[in-house]
Formats: sequence, C-alpha cells, structure tokens
Amino acid sequence: MSTDVATTAVPPRPVSPPPAPAFSARREGWRRRAPLLPALVFAIVVTQIPFLVTLWYSLNSWNLVRPGSERFVGLSNYADVFADRVFRQAALNTIVITAGCVIVAMLLGVGLALLLDRKFTGRSVVRTLITTPFLIMPVAGALVWKTTMLDPLFGIVNFVLSPFGVGDYDWTSSAPLVSVVAALVWQWTPFMTLLVLAGLQSQGRDVLEAAQVDGAGPARTFRSITLPHLRRYIELGVLLGAIYVVNTFDQIYIMTQGGPGTASSNLPFYIYQRAFLGFDVGQAAAMGVVVVIGTIVVATLALRLLFRSFAQEDR
Amino acid sequence: MTTAAVAVTGPRRRSAGLLTALTWIIGIVFFFPVLWMVITAFKHEADAYTDPPRLFFTPTLEQFRALFDAGAWPYFLNSLFATTVSTLLVLLLAVPAAYALAIRPVKKTQDVLFFFISTKMLPVVAVIVPIYVIAGRIGALDNIWTLVVLYTAMNLPIAVWMMRSFLQEIPAEVLEAAAMDGASLRQTLLRVMLPMVAPGLAATALICVIFSWNEFFFSVNLTASQAATVPLFLVGFMTSEGLYWAQLAAAATLASLPVVLAGWVAQKQLVRGLSMGAIK
Repeated sequence: MSTDVATTAVPPRPVSPPPAPAFSARREGWRRRAPLLPALVFAIVVTQIPFLVTLWYSLNSWNLVRPGSERFVGLSNYADVFADRVFRQAALNTIVITAGCVIVAMLLGVGLALLLDRKFTGRSVVRTLITTPFLIMPVAGALVWKTTMLDPLFGIVNFVLSPFGVGDYDWTSSAPLVSVVAALVWQWTPFMTLLVLAGLQSQGRDVLEAAQVDGAGPARTFRSITLPHLRRYIELGVLLGAIYVVNTFDQIYIMTQGGPGTASSNLPFYIYQRAFLGFDVGQAAAMGVVVVIGTIVVATLALRLLFRSFAQEDR
Repeated sequence: MTTAAVAVTGPRRRSAGLLTALTWIIGIVFFFPVLWMVITAFKHEADAYTDPPRLFFTPTLEQFRALFDAGAWPYFLNSLFATTVSTLLVLLLAVPAAYALAIRPVKKTQDVLFFFISTKMLPVVAVIVPIYVIAGRIGALDNIWTLVVLYTAMNLPIAVWMMRSFLQEIPAEVLEAAAMDGASLRQTLLRVMLPMVAPGLAATALICVIFSWNEFFFSVNLTASQAATVPLFLVGFMTSEGLYWAQLAAAATLASLPVVLAGWVAQKQLVRGLSMGAIK
C-alpha cells in the first residue's frame, strides 16, 4: 500500500508545477486522504453495514427455523425485550460482572504495581509471572478454572480451603457469578497492573525526592503525588478494561453456560442463546440495538471523564 | 513508593524483605493456575483427578501425542492461517491510514480517530446476527476467510491508533532532512521511516496476533467442521469433561503456548499495545 502511494503520487513533485491553485489544493487534499481510504472503507463496510442491518432486523419478526416468517412488526420486538425478565436480569448481570471485574482487577493492579515498582531480586521474573494470565487463551483459562481449580471434588480451591471448613462446595453452580468474576479478575489484573506500573515508572524521580526532602512520608507522598499522577492511567485502564469485559462471552460459555437457569447470563450470552439456540433473529437484533445504545451512553460518559482528566492535567 | 526502599535502615530493610516475599508469593499465586495446567498436561489421567491433588507422579508425553491423534492439526492450521493473514491485512490497511493521520494530517483527523475507536466499542453481539445471515446467504459460513475479514475489522482500530502514535514520534526534522537531501517519498518511507517504526510494527502485530489467536465468539458462531479454530478444539473437551483432565490440560497448554511465548518476549511492547499507544 505505502509503496503504491510512493510511486504514483509523489515523485514528480518539483517537476510538475501546479496547473491551478484551487485544483491542486483539492488534489493535494485527495492525495493526503488516499492512504486513509482503504482502512476507512473497510471499517465502514464490515462494522457499520451489519449494524444497519441489525437495526432493520430488529423491526421484523423473523425466526430462522420458520422460513417465510419474516414480516415487519415495528417496535414490538423492543416492547418484548423490555418486558423480558431474563433480559433485565442479563443486563443486571452484565453490569455486576463488568463493574466487579474492573474494580477488583484495578485495586489488585494498583497494589501489585506498587509492589513491582521496587528494586528486588527476581523482579522481572515476578512481573512475567503476573503478566502470564492475560496471555493465556481465555477459553483455555476458563476450562482450567472450571475443572482443576473449581471442581467440587478434585479442585485445588476446595483443597486449599478445606482447613477452613469448606467441603465439596460446587462453585460454578452455587456461586456462578463469583466464579465467572474470579476467572475474569485473574485474566484482567495483569492488564491493570501493567498499565499502572507504566504510570508509576513515568513519575519524575525529582518530584518524589523533593517530597522526601520536604519531610513527606511514604503514605503522604503516595496520596498527594503518586495517586494524582496515576489518575490518568487508572482511568484509561478502567475504560479499556470495561470495553472488553462488557463483551465477556468465553468464560460464561465455558464455566456456567449462563446457568444455573439464567443466573449468570450476561447480555452477550443471552443474545447468543436467542439468536443461535432460539433462532429468533428479530428479538436478538433488538437486544443488540439496546446493548449498543447502553454502551454508547456509558462510553460517552467514560470518554468525557477521560478527556476532562486530560484537560486538568494540561492546566 | 520507590523512595521507601531508598533509605535503608535496620527495620526498613526487614520490611523491604517482607514486601519482596509478599510480591513473590502473590506472583506465584497468580501464576499457579498456569503452572498447574502445565503440570496436569504431563500426567496420566489417573493422576489428574485425585483428592488430595497429586504433585508427584510419573510424567508422560502421552497426552500431547494423543492430541494429534485426536485431530488437533486442522484446528491449529486454521488458527495459524486466520491469525497470520488477518494480521498482515491489518498492517496493510492500518499503516497507510496511520500515515495519513500522523505525518500529513488530513482534515478532521480527530473525527476519523474517534470513528475508529467507536467501532471497537460496538459490541460484537450487535452485529453477529446479520453477519451470520449474510454469511449464510453468500455461502461464507464455515469458511476461514470469513474469520480473516472479521479479525481484520476487529483489530484495525487498535492498529490505526497504535501506528499513529508510533509514527508521530518520528521528529519532523528527520523528514525535512530527507526531503532536503532529495529523497523520494518511496526512499523516505523505506529507508528513513521504516527502520524507525519497526519496533512499533512489531508491537502492533503482536497485539493483533494475541487477539485473533484467542478469539472465540466469531469462531464458535460462524464455523463448524472446516474452518474451526483452536478454541473450538478445546471446547470439544467439554462434553467429555471430568474424565479427561490431563488431555484437556495438554490441549490448553498447547493452545496458549504461542501467544504466551510471544508476550513474554515482547513485554515492553505489550503495555503500549494494550493502551492503544497511549502509554509509552
């Protein structure tokens, strides 16, 4: 792509004088835009068009197993969606899972980053160990958690907890949300740790030394200097983490299948069930649209927060 | 916080030692499920599920051998194909776009960047139904190219943001000097800019590889027997789950290995990639 641009667009620049100023300005504009267009067109075609189709489907009643059942029904799918108790529960679960995972992972991440931001023997080894859960294939991680870790009879977790009187506790069916969040926290804590650690290491040493000279203890230095400096990194971690965790599917599919019943369904999993097990295209599409609207609201708020904190830093 | 470790007096040193021990313990706890997965992969099935869990046993390679007898190869080849081709496509699309956004910014650069990132915020569940229906109509279900296209779209926004941040770091003076020396655009791109952004290209490729190798949602919904990727091979163990833990652990180990190794090697780039280039 880039060589393409190189050969066609630019070489004769000094040789050919611009024919007319207005024309050449427009040509220059297109020459600048040209390298951008393939990516832009691709992104629009692959992401925006399917979404427009989703909007259309959401106004239709259509079940894939009944060919010819497709007909326009207006907003009735949306009425059904909001009346659906399971949908409301899945929405609530999505919030609980996302908030629970992001908050716990971030708290752990800040703690771990502080511990890793010291000089000690084997520091890079420990950092590597902590990074690894993020690199493990989520499906593989979820399977390991479901079997060798959380199995009621042979799982490590119950073995470790047995001195505390925990018997053959069946984690994934008795506490499905806790199990899913645990596996997610395990996967996302490394992400938060790495981001916060990068923030800690970008702190000016001189500021910290000045604080020490001025007689500030470690706690005071942390509260007044480090934490405000970390704020931007923490917000970035929470925002990016939330974008990914809202879409959690793998862990739920593997560990609980949304169950028992629908106790641990989140929206991605429930929509998957409606679309691919219930074949209800119209309803699944309407749910998808509702999820997008919810995401836009939350993301706009989060982005505003983020930009405000950037502006504060600049002042 | 580092300052706490700087002035070392008696009790300070002891508390530093305690903190180091604590850090190590937490690190090992975090790594433990991975370690246990790898250990289990070398067990005979009879050693895999015991109460209490068995740490000492006769190791065996039997599980890994059995995986390939069970037909793991096609899954790995599909994953390899989808990951490699989509990563190359992403770079091919994202690098020129990032160039247009960083070196000679077009009008409304902010809007374009915002558009790219907003496609990343669009939940995939909102587009899976039409993608499934359209793919079905054009006969693209269970076709590895469908995954290639979707993985490309999935990673494109991240790559554009990352590459833009790397390209912005090239000092304007360098480009001016190249122009002054009469370098053509082609020469400037290949001889001046490429060496400077090579680490950035590697970081971007790494992130794309991680996300497409590990992807499950599109794969489970759009593929069946022909184009299924590695995560689906793992899911195959769920039906017989409980009986074949060692086999499952071997499969999980093998499935995770490529990305884990790549991530270990390129830890520095990982941070930058995960923050979409925002954190240096």
